[in-house]
Amino acid sequence: MCLAIPGQILSIEGDDPLTRTGKVSFGGIVKDVNLAYVPEAKVGDYVIVHVGFALSVVDEKEAQEVFEYLRQMEELSELQEQPT
Amino acid sequence: MRFIEEYRDAEAAQRFAEAIRKTVTRDWTIMEICGGQTHAIMKFGIDELLPPQVTLLHGPGCPVCVTPVELIDKAVELASRPDVIFCSFGDMLRVPGTKGDLLSAKAAGGGVRMVYSPMDALQLALKNPDRQVVFFAVGFETTAPANAMAVYQAKRLSVKNFSILVSHVLVPPAIEAILNAPNNRVQGFLAAGHVCTVMGYTEYEPIAKKYHVPIVVTGFEPLDILQGIYMCVKQLEEGRAEVENQYARSVRREGNRPAQELVREVFEVVPRKWRGIGEIPQSGLGLREPYREYDAERRFALVTGSVEEASECISGLILQGAKKPTDCPAFGTKCTPEHPLGATMVSSEGACAAYFKYRRRS
Repeated sequence: MCLAIPGQILSIEGDDPLTRTGKVSFGGIVKDVNLAYVPEAKVGDYVIVHVGFALSVVDEKEAQEVFEYLRQMEELSELQEQPT
Repeated sequence: MRFIEEYRDAEAAQRFAEAIRKTVTRDWTIMEICGGQTHAIMKFGIDELLPPQVTLLHGPGCPVCVTPVELIDKAVELASRPDVIFCSFGDMLRVPGTKGDLLSAKAAGGGVRMVYSPMDALQLALKNPDRQVVFFAVGFETTAPANAMAVYQAKRLSVKNFSILVSHVLVPPAIEAILNAPNNRVQGFLAAGHVCTVMGYTEYEPIAKKYHVPIVVTGFEPLDILQGIYMCVKQLEEGRAEVENQYARSVRREGNRPAQELVREVFEVVPRKWRGIGEIPQSGLGLREPYREYDAERRFALVTGSVEEASECISGLILQGAKKPTDCPAFGTKCTPEHPLGATMVSSEGACAAYFKYRRRS
């Protein structure tokens, strides 16, 4: 039920903050998405969408953190395993 | 698709699993709250990558599962009225009440429509001024902003033929109910990433402190879940009990402020009954007085009856993490997704349905 998926904003229409709508592409499938809750969103951004509403703008830097975390975790682990 | 495929990398998943194996020194029991996470764990076999010391229990985060039977009965009653178009998300249509489900109401001539968004239901109301359009507003905090917007817009546009049947529930009171249960086994939580996208995670900080339990806000892809488990296990091993955020690409500590403001404008916190668990104080949302005219229960003067559940079903214990689906003698035999006895077999996000779909062999 809380399924929400990331898609990229292709265009934005409307001036009313409550009904501002984006065309959002989900791997090529384009849907209209209400952008009322992401006033900062702009064309090109990825947004997390749930039942027709964007709930957040994907932070591209944080998105890489999972892989950075993995790398640092392994480096630390190797250091700890080396005999002193 | 970007921000999905890269988090399904099998090699990186193995590396996280190896890190968890190296970190664990004793038995730990962790609960993932969200049914979407349960589904992903089963689908990708994440539990099979974990060392035997780590047990995952599946939480109550499936709104379809925890919606009380009485409310399903009210939905079926409304859907059977000739003046009503009853709108719902698809996964509520097959949930059995005491007198059938919404699909059978539709088959019997009821005006039942599956919609993708509550705004579609509002559009239907605008296009059908001679009919009453009711939307089945179930869900956790993730769905509340969309439902709040539909009601807010209905009021703004003075739409008189739109209302919602509300069964909104909240995660933090459910976590506390689980931790307060005498048979609780849960030592750490993976909090639901999309609930926290809306609400942030400050309300989890006092819970982590009070019960000395680590809570890791976690996403939904395999690498998200494995990292969340690693962070949780690391805290447990180090004796820490903090709220950490694995899903920072979507979740900010304060959450989504504009969404919270509209939810607070339209809804207030109320007690709610959870199917399989019972009433939990201050655990749900109901419409505030200025918006009560949009409450379908009030508009149609629906009466709540009491309902007996199948006695052999252990879904209440499963939703609280006390039992696993395979502990139930009816699992996969008398109880299947086609003929569910209880809540957790009904929705594809329910623990029993996820086990049935991906784990029938065991």
